[in-house]
Amino acid sequence: MRERLVAQDARRAREFEAFVAGAAGRLLHTATLLTAESPADNPRARRLLTHALAHTYAGWDRLRGEDPYDDARQHLATRYARGMWHQYGGLGRSRPHPDSPLAALGPQERLILVLRLFEGVAEEQTAALLGLPVERVRTICDRATAGLLHPRRGPAPAVVRARTATP
Amino acid sequence: MNRSERENAARRIMERTPPVVPPDLCARAVRRGGRLLRRRRIALRLLWLLLFAAAVAFAVWSLTVRPWVEPPSEVTPPLTGW
Repeated sequence: MRERLVAQDARRAREFEAFVAGAAGRLLHTATLLTAESPADNPRARRLLTHALAHTYAGWDRLRGEDPYDDARQHLATRYARGMWHQYGGLGRSRPHPDSPLAALGPQERLILVLRLFEGVAEEQTAALLGLPVERVRTICDRATAGLLHPRRGPAPAVVRARTATP
Repeated sequence: MNRSERENAARRIMERTPPVVPPDLCARAVRRGGRLLRRRRIALRLLWLLLFAAAVAFAVWSLTVRPWVEPPSEVTPPLTGW
């Protein structure tokens, strides 16, 4: 019994290591996009990914031919979605870093944009994963794409107001 | 700019700067995952143990109390000298 457990542990560790060696780069990129941190300094993305990978490792023997990458990505997305609500009140902790390409978007827009376009998850699957209607996912994805391609301009209205006030 | 062009542009923007993977990521995930697995195994074992204990307790109780046997009547007086 004990011997079999040890052999199973060794096999799991070996397979998991091979999986991480192949998938960690892509997953960390995804996590960094989600947390909107700078690619050079991403402690929150690393923590998020470590937790997601730990869950994948713990469920490794029950995957039964399912894609571990899928499983890890799912953990990553649900974990991020759950953490999203706690971060609205956080002071500075969750402020997007200006180096991140998705700094201008909100947390939910980032999540859906990354899942749909960067990871290529189908609309229906994204909707099922997040518990949203498909139309809502499509709307948010379109809005996020627009926000990414045409970022809102800075404090332009202030200048206009200043000019009207001077004469 | 149609939809697929927009999506491709967004994809290109997102794929620009991949972060560097820290070397200890796998080890940390394995450590954490192993702890999770151990905890799950212990919880499962405890649940089985609890189930087993409950089954044994029920068997012992039912054999001593014999709840299926009709209790002797306490209302009718004993019928003697008839």
